[in-house]
Amino acid sequence: MSALLELDGIDAHYGQLQALFGVGLAVEEGETVALIGANGAGKSTLLHTIAGTLRPSRGTVTFAGSPLVGVRADRRVGLGIALVPEGRRLFPSLTVEENLLVGAHRRRSGPWNVAGVFDLLPLLHPLRDRRAAYLSGGEQQAAAIGRALMANPRLLLLDEVSLGLAPAVVKHLYAALPGIAAEGTTLVIVEQDIGQALAVAQHVTCLLEGRVSLRGRPGELTHERITTAYFGM
Amino acid sequence: MTRVDGTASVLDTPRADSGSPRGWRIARWTPESRVGVAVCVAALWVLATLPDWGTSSNMATVVEIMALLAMAQMWNLLAGFAGLVSIGQQAFIGIGAYSLLVLADDHGIDPFVAVWLAGLVAAVLSVPIGVLAFRLRGGYFAIGTWVIAQVVFLLVTNNTALGGGNGRSLLSLGDYDRLTREDYTFYTALVVGAGAVLIVVMILRSRLGLALRAIRDDEAGARGAGVDVYRARLAAWVIAGGWTGLAGGVVYLQRLNVQPTSAFSVQWTAFMIFIVVIGGLGSTTGPIIGTLVFWVLRDQLTDLGGWYLIVLGSIAVVMAVLAPKGIYGLLNRIRPFQLFPVQRRLRRRRRARAEVSAP
Amino acid sequence: MEWVNAVVQGILLGGVFALFATGLSLAFGIMRLANLAHGTLALLAAFIAYSIVDATGVNPLVALVAVVPIMFVVGYVLERGLLNFTLGSDPLPAILVTFGLAVVIENLLLEHYSADARGLDAGSIESASIHVTDDIAIGWFPLMTLAVAVGVLAILYMLFAHTRAGRAFRAISDDRETGRLMGINERHYYALAMGIALATVAIAGVFLGIRTTFSPADGNSQLLFGFEAVIIGGLGSLWGTLAGGIILGVAQTVGAEFEPGWSVLTGHLVFLAVLALRPNGLFGKPVPA
Repeated sequence: MSALLELDGIDAHYGQLQALFGVGLAVEEGETVALIGANGAGKSTLLHTIAGTLRPSRGTVTFAGSPLVGVRADRRVGLGIALVPEGRRLFPSLTVEENLLVGAHRRRSGPWNVAGVFDLLPLLHPLRDRRAAYLSGGEQQAAAIGRALMANPRLLLLDEVSLGLAPAVVKHLYAALPGIAAEGTTLVIVEQDIGQALAVAQHVTCLLEGRVSLRGRPGELTHERITTAYFGM
Repeated sequence: MTRVDGTASVLDTPRADSGSPRGWRIARWTPESRVGVAVCVAALWVLATLPDWGTSSNMATVVEIMALLAMAQMWNLLAGFAGLVSIGQQAFIGIGAYSLLVLADDHGIDPFVAVWLAGLVAAVLSVPIGVLAFRLRGGYFAIGTWVIAQVVFLLVTNNTALGGGNGRSLLSLGDYDRLTREDYTFYTALVVGAGAVLIVVMILRSRLGLALRAIRDDEAGARGAGVDVYRARLAAWVIAGGWTGLAGGVVYLQRLNVQPTSAFSVQWTAFMIFIVVIGGLGSTTGPIIGTLVFWVLRDQLTDLGGWYLIVLGSIAVVMAVLAPKGIYGLLNRIRPFQLFPVQRRLRRRRRARAEVSAP
Repeated sequence: MEWVNAVVQGILLGGVFALFATGLSLAFGIMRLANLAHGTLALLAAFIAYSIVDATGVNPLVALVAVVPIMFVVGYVLERGLLNFTLGSDPLPAILVTFGLAVVIENLLLEHYSADARGLDAGSIESASIHVTDDIAIGWFPLMTLAVAVGVLAILYMLFAHTRAGRAFRAISDDRETGRLMGINERHYYALAMGIALATVAIAGVFLGIRTTFSPADGNSQLLFGFEAVIIGGLGSLWGTLAGGIILGVAQTVGAEFEPGWSVLTGHLVFLAVLALRPNGLFGKPVPA
């Protein structure tokens, strides 16, 4: 059985600058996979090639058996890929509820709706009519996750959920992730916070300066191996 | 630290205490620009002799071309370098024309001196106009300048002393005999046209030019680097407004009859835009190419009447989307060249061939 | 009493300006596009109506049934085929292209229809009026224009606030790339927005044609009035556009009371005053650059 998501030999450039060198990744359906690495290692870049906002200069991206390169980002949502962007990127002039509804703009059938999101992330319920610009970082992150869920994705990509948030808030958000995985959603989590990532993931891939430096299951990897792969020493 | 492609990087060389890092100098001339400037000077020299062998009609054509060239260079200074897209430059043309009228006819100043003062009046009036217009940005700034031009037009048309809706004629030019008048107008036009090019080149070589380019590329970044964005833009606006007023005065030195609907017509700006878009926005050579192309097209298409504006407009629209740097940009893609010494290139003093260009 | 009448007429005139300005405001709000061809496109609509009336003899208000969809399609195709490629952080290409477009359309109209002034005849409704007092008469048609302006704004407001498409418009206006990540095909939605904008411009153009005579060269002054209404009212606010239109209308009619030739100039001066003293307009929200 082939994996839900397969990346093979991905090169990616920002103008003249090469960010990814021959990166490969395979994610089985229903898995939660962590993508770790230092700042600038290329993790977000990889997510963008999956979501469709960056076109790889070489390599293939295959989702559910079909090649994705050339398919535009907005159409990928309809295929079942949703991204929670780095920095949240909620729509500031829309309320929380309206943000969620926009997430459902191109929805597939599935269990997630506004009520379901509020059940998963109860902190959002009293904020439903507040404009997104007036939310705290943690509230925004919760809303951004909820918004991505509204499309009922098969594959949910989370980009640096912990960025700029207090540890207690991050713990709270991560506690919601198993609930999402339980519905059968495949998760790819990009994180700098190694601890949280390893706690929820079944598989870990580490990137260093645009290349894969380590792969494995969290239980099998020693602290030393991870540190070496993360920092490249 | 050598770069991947083998060239040295600026970080190699320790900085001296003076301006440029030790071992480097700032070079502005390139081989093509030496040729380019030489050719332009020669062409100007030849043109200057036109009164001796050309007809009145030839001279009149050159006057109009030179005036349009000046206007286009100024519009390019604003839009291509200062990031100010104005659809209201006709305000300055009208101001220039009417200032010439008032100074020459009502105050007895020699018209060929008054035309320069008219440019000064336009420059002075451009300050309040600019201050007001600068409260808007982007596309709305463009329309705002248009509104202000309309206001000036209406104020003038409602003023009977200025001739109201019918306009007035430049009577003081009657003091000159026709041939002398044509000669003086011709030489004035040459100075105004060539002067416009010279002014733009000199600005670009100066700190103001560097500031403008920085603003055009990244306004927030320029501000962060200490550039006074407002003053730089206002400086460009005043220079452009003044010289455009001067060019307007030159046009009416030739036409003799100042009519408000024509002097304040948005068609002047339309021509400037077409010339710059077709010739090449954001380059000093572009407007020169554009003016020549515009003239040829106008000549060839006069039989078509209104269609020539449709053709011109369509070409400009297509080029704005497909070839935003105009003909100059297209030529540059085939082989990069610089007609005027306006770029700054970092060159090693002693050993050659380590070239880092900083446009 | 003439002053009160002038104000009343000004409010009614404001309806025309508001109708014009709505499309301009819409395009700028969603796409940051200042459409310099907006006025000329209104004239295009008026001339299309003229041709339809000429050929079929129907009342121009009935011709709207055809003109509005036609202009919607024109807007969609124009945006999708041309203007979408000018959008981006640099406003220059859009300004150049829409300006060039204005020149091309205006001269095409001149070639086809000549510079003669035309009118659209809507029948007796044009001159019917309600006499409120001896000095104040409210024309049926101007009142209808104002009502239509308010109606159009109300419909747009509901569209933006309560529909899926409206939310999509607001989302891509806030953040185009993230909108794409939500599955919004922004190229299609920009085109829809322009289609709606030109549909409103169609109404504005036909109503203008009924109200006064028109010729191809009038596009520019209409553009300026619409723009002034938007700025006075404030960028980013649809109801502000209505307020701006009314203020401009009153400025013009009151100015005419001082001196008949001054109406347009007074409007311009009021606009400049607002620009000098309150650049964000009266109800404007600061627009992200």
